[in-house]
Amino acid sequence: MTSELDIFVGNTTLIDEDVYRLWLDGYSVNDAVALRVRSGILEQTGATAGVLQSDTMDHYRTFHMLERLLHAPPKLLHQLIFQIPPSRQALLIERYYTFDEAFVREVLGKKLSKGTKKDLDDISTKTGITLKSCRRQFDNFKRVFKVVEEMRGSLVDNIQQHFLLSDRLARDYAAIVFFANNRFETGKKKLQYLSFGDFAFCAELMIQNWTLGAVDSQMDDMDVDLDKEFLQDLKELKVLVADKDLLDLHKSLVCTVLRGKLSVFSEMETNFKNLSRGLVNVAAKLTHNKDVRDLFVDLVEKFVEPCRSDHWPLSDVRLFLTQYSVSVHSLDGFRHQVLWDRYMGTLRGCLLRLYHD
Amino acid sequence: MPGKLKVKIVAGRHLPVMDRASDLTDAFVEVKFGNTTFKTDVYLKSLNPQWNSEWFKFEVDDEDLQDEPLQITVLDHDTYSANDAIGKVYIDIDPLLYSEAATVISGWFPIYDTIHGIRGEINVVVKVDLFNDLNRFRQSSCGVKFFCTTSIPKCYRAVVIHGFVEELVVNEDPEYQWIDRIRTPRASNEARQRLISLMSGELQRKIGLKVLEMRGNAVVGYLQCFDLEGESGLVVRAIGTACTLDKLSSPAAFLPACNSPSKEMKESPFNEDPNPNPHSSGPSTPLKNQTYSFSPSKSYSRQSSSSDTDLSLTPKTGTGSGSAGKEGGPLKALLRQQTQSALEQREFPFLTLTAFPPGLLVHVGGVVSARSVKLLDRIHNPAFVGIMGNTRSYKLLDWNSFNSDEPETRDAWWAEIRQEIKSHAKALGCHAVVGYSESTSICEEVCILSASGTAAVLNPRFLQEGTVEGSLEQRIEENLPVGCGFCHIPYDELNMPFPAHLTYCYNCRKQKVPDVLFTTIDLPTDAVVVGKGCLIQARLCRLKKKAQAEANATAISNLLPFMEYEVHTQLMNKLKLKGMNALFGLRIQITVGENMLMGLASATGVYLAALPTPGGIQIAGKTPNDGSYEQHISHMQKKINDTIAKNKELYEINPPEVSEEIIGSPIPEPRQRSRLLRSQSESSDEVTELDLSHGKKDAFVLEIDDADAMEDVHSLLTDVPPPSGFYSCNTEIMPGINNWTSEIQMFTSVRVVRLSSLNLTNQALNKNFNGLCENLLKSLYFKLRSMTPCCLCHVNFTVSLPEDELIQVTVTAVAITFDKNQALQTTKAHAEKSLQRASADNEEMLQFPLELCSDSLPSHAFPAAKEHLESASSNSGTPAAQRATSVDYSSFADRCSSWIELIKLKAQTIRRGSIKTTVTVEKASPMGDGNFRNRSAPPCASSTVGVVKMTPLSFIPGAKITKYLGIINMFFIRETTSLREEGGVSGFLHAFIAEVFAMVRAHVAALGGNAVVSYIMKQCVFMENPSKNQAQCLINVSGDAVVFVRESDLEVMSAQQPAVNCQPSCTGEVTT
Repeated sequence: MTSELDIFVGNTTLIDEDVYRLWLDGYSVNDAVALRVRSGILEQTGATAGVLQSDTMDHYRTFHMLERLLHAPPKLLHQLIFQIPPSRQALLIERYYTFDEAFVREVLGKKLSKGTKKDLDDISTKTGITLKSCRRQFDNFKRVFKVVEEMRGSLVDNIQQHFLLSDRLARDYAAIVFFANNRFETGKKKLQYLSFGDFAFCAELMIQNWTLGAVDSQMDDMDVDLDKEFLQDLKELKVLVADKDLLDLHKSLVCTVLRGKLSVFSEMETNFKNLSRGLVNVAAKLTHNKDVRDLFVDLVEKFVEPCRSDHWPLSDVRLFLTQYSVSVHSLDGFRHQVLWDRYMGTLRGCLLRLYHD
Repeated sequence: MPGKLKVKIVAGRHLPVMDRASDLTDAFVEVKFGNTTFKTDVYLKSLNPQWNSEWFKFEVDDEDLQDEPLQITVLDHDTYSANDAIGKVYIDIDPLLYSEAATVISGWFPIYDTIHGIRGEINVVVKVDLFNDLNRFRQSSCGVKFFCTTSIPKCYRAVVIHGFVEELVVNEDPEYQWIDRIRTPRASNEARQRLISLMSGELQRKIGLKVLEMRGNAVVGYLQCFDLEGESGLVVRAIGTACTLDKLSSPAAFLPACNSPSKEMKESPFNEDPNPNPHSSGPSTPLKNQTYSFSPSKSYSRQSSSSDTDLSLTPKTGTGSGSAGKEGGPLKALLRQQTQSALEQREFPFLTLTAFPPGLLVHVGGVVSARSVKLLDRIHNPAFVGIMGNTRSYKLLDWNSFNSDEPETRDAWWAEIRQEIKSHAKALGCHAVVGYSESTSICEEVCILSASGTAAVLNPRFLQEGTVEGSLEQRIEENLPVGCGFCHIPYDELNMPFPAHLTYCYNCRKQKVPDVLFTTIDLPTDAVVVGKGCLIQARLCRLKKKAQAEANATAISNLLPFMEYEVHTQLMNKLKLKGMNALFGLRIQITVGENMLMGLASATGVYLAALPTPGGIQIAGKTPNDGSYEQHISHMQKKINDTIAKNKELYEINPPEVSEEIIGSPIPEPRQRSRLLRSQSESSDEVTELDLSHGKKDAFVLEIDDADAMEDVHSLLTDVPPPSGFYSCNTEIMPGINNWTSEIQMFTSVRVVRLSSLNLTNQALNKNFNGLCENLLKSLYFKLRSMTPCCLCHVNFTVSLPEDELIQVTVTAVAITFDKNQALQTTKAHAEKSLQRASADNEEMLQFPLELCSDSLPSHAFPAAKEHLESASSNSGTPAAQRATSVDYSSFADRCSSWIELIKLKAQTIRRGSIKTTVTVEKASPMGDGNFRNRSAPPCASSTVGVVKMTPLSFIPGAKITKYLGIINMFFIRETTSLREEGGVSGFLHAFIAEVFAMVRAHVAALGGNAVVSYIMKQCVFMENPSKNQAQCLINVSGDAVVFVRESDLEVMSAQQPAVNCQPSCTGEVTT
């Protein structure tokens, strides 16, 4: 006796959260059944393996049918085929768009248009995430990217509106879209210590301050692209390190204030010019797309690593960066105060987040 | 020109991409009714077109309005080639044709294509203006209300129950027409869908005419089915119960919606009183349509050449009222006489109802059923008609051949079966058959027609017009013992139609009752039940040689009686194994396949307090000398006894036992015990309270004389009880559970298995089939585990044999949650409610709830009353002292009819004397007012699609149905030529059933409703051809669209706006 057909359809669509997770994780039906058996469900419920198999198949079929709708979540709300309570709908969507930290670190900042199977294969092998799950996550990134890429208005709001995600998840996606659009390099070895959260934090700051939308909320409200004019202007900051007098003055101002307050004062004093040069040069280079991509590499190389090698405590880094930015206001010969604040305000936040082991 | 149909096409959404180049669609809509077609403009390049069309107006006869569906086709405009169809929507406008129902159909409908499934949605508004037309000879029957519900709908009152109506229409099946060879599958499917829709409309109209003839205004328990007879055609047939219903206008408290007639109520052509007297709790004028002059039926009813069961309708008035006065004589005789006069004039005194207004059902005789095997091709064939249940008399009849092309042929077939049923009922001393249903099973050219029902004696009060009501009702209820009257035998005990054991009723001690009771109806709400009920199934397969035509029919005819017998035996054994004594909702399905017959009987077992305690099952071996064999037997016996004990605990069957008491004098046994195999009668050993040695008393002896019998016993023990927290039944309500909470989940589950080996034996087949059903149930319990504690209600199994080695089982049921901890509280609440309803009830009934209110047990003469029984009470008929003395008697019976001796001989020894009569009052009324403490969470605002509940039951727990919007009767075909791509057969059918649900919900929502009650999937015909990557499925569903209001909301609403028509409930926004 072999089963040819075996289905269960409820007027209210049954969603089993555990099976949904297994499905999202890309397990085959058989693997999922094996995992469920291992979870001890048979003992709890007194069911047989056959029952479990049939149940898992049913759920997988349902999810497969729902997947098409999950690609455009508002459709899930308006469709008539599956009657699903709103709370469950939200859960389905949220879980579907949730991604793995390990996966996102692999693709963050990469071009999303061509997620070749081979690339994903490699990621799958490297991270231990199933290829199916990698594909779903990648496709999610790509889909969200495609929809909001050309859209005006707040990036987070757009994502929330079109994908009905929670605020938290929408912010993450905003970061992913922002990184993908600007192609920031995140995969270098020296950046491996950084988490997705670190990058997302930076992305949010940059979206808030460095994009077109940041200056003018009405006109050309684009959150995904960096403000080209602003990047061009950043060249003006070069004077801070190019002008020897200005650099010395800046240094003395900072040192005066921080003397005795830093545990690593002497190291700071000796390194000041290097650090300052690093930070300003990063700014000046941002006119070139290629250098924009290397922003995080540069920041780590030019600032985080030197400080770390001198064992600066985080509190000292904070004090230094604050003083470093504030002191510029006292430089009489420097005219680009606003520009400096826009740059340094964001950079300070980013660097503090990036500064850890 | 009696009607104007107006249609407006508003918009579309989620349309499929029809133009690959632009990824868009240029959609327009064709609106067709009858032969008239309108078109909207083409809305260019959009997947969400906004047509916002003008009102398309169709001026049509009301006859057409009833027959024709409105057909809406969405197409993609193509400049160069033919326009591509996107899909269609069929809208049945029947609900707009009678007052009180929907006034407008407006909403989003899924656009359905038989090849692609649902492809987007379309927003449509439909209205009907009806003009008054009093033409007596008209062919339409607008205004007659139809209900699938097999009880009097919740917001109505039955003034008169007129009786049985039936009709059938026959047509050629488009799938088998020559043109089908050249047209596309889509065209063929659509032709079929349209034809069935048309035929359904016609059928409903004709039934409506018959109802008008009978002076009724509604059909309750309407059941429409279609038979796909292949080459020989397509039969659509329907049965129902004609009634005159009166809209309930309850005083203030509940049902505000029912109170005032809707403003938009249409002028009905049928002169129905649109404004019932709002305070008529008692019927004022049962005959609402007195202006409708009545003429002998022949004059105008027979223009239609179809079904022609002669209904002699004009009931003699006066008899009822006349005899109502003389009271005090033997009541049974009086009732019989009255019922006779009311019912006998009707050719078929059948009711399709399964639940009845209080007082209607007087006595129940037992299940009557008849089957007949027919050849669908004008050939002489032997036919077999049987009766089953408590009576077992089988006959072989030879019938003349019929010309199968005429509806008269089918009509005659059914007429004969009905005649048979009627005579069986008569043999049981009953004049009516209730819970009546008909079904067919077709395989190639052989067709088994089946009909079954429950023989009953009815109170004539409801069956006659013009009876002076009130007084009779009062008297009857005073004389009928509460909660056990229906169990009392309707037949003469000295002239019993079949061997049975009669005892005095354990409830009232006055009347005789049988030892077991099988019925097809729901458990009457006032029945006194001990413990909980459970689903009992008998499953059986019989191999049959492949044969052609007549030989095949003969083979089937020969097998049928054996199957019926075995099914019955299995039911009886399983019932005893559960420690119960009555079956309700019994439904026996015999399915015919190429090389086998399948029998599946489902019923809900209960322990009726009025009936004697069932005996155990005793196993007897043939070879007593063999020691190991004996040991084996005793081992089995132990297992059986253990199972019975376990079941009693599980279902809380604790009939209070009093060791010594009198049940009256032993009933003389009319039969001799000549063929007895065994008998047992030992001295009373009932001193111990917990004596569970069922083998010693009341034993039902199972003789193990061969492997077959061994198998039977084994199979008895393989049925696994549901996991804890689950109960199941196939009736509307679960006996013993009354504290439902509001969560419901209706579902359909389908399984198809392929039998592996070619040389199957009956035993292996049985085992497979048993396993299939058990596994299916197990799967259901597993899937619904998050709902526990819950009960699967109305579990409806359907078996079909689509191919040689394929068995298909389809289950539809609803899971309802209940609150374990509220039993006591709700019982009290119930009692209070009953008090409030005191005006309707007589004093005797009230004593129950009154006693329930006090927690202490009333001082009855039952020292052994167990403390966990919430209440102990018995009827007041017998003095307690009399009961305290005991009579010990034993009796035997032979339960076997002579014809069956060749198969097996089973004997039963009956011994009585130790049964106590404490009674648990478990009012199992699901709608039990105020029983629902749990309220659903407020609807989540973010949902844009209104929730539509679906349930096979006639009610929604925790809610009041305020309005019936009309019948939903939909037929869909789905076909695919890319089976693998759609996820194989499972993926295909899963998607299709989900789509069917969606379309039902959309139609209900468009009518302004928020639920479907009495939902039933009448047909699910699935065919596959995996090698060709093809599959096809036909589904037919029906139900009643309703508006319900949560009881919690009701209270708020009635407080806020006491007398205002509760329109908000009609907007479809009421979500739960």
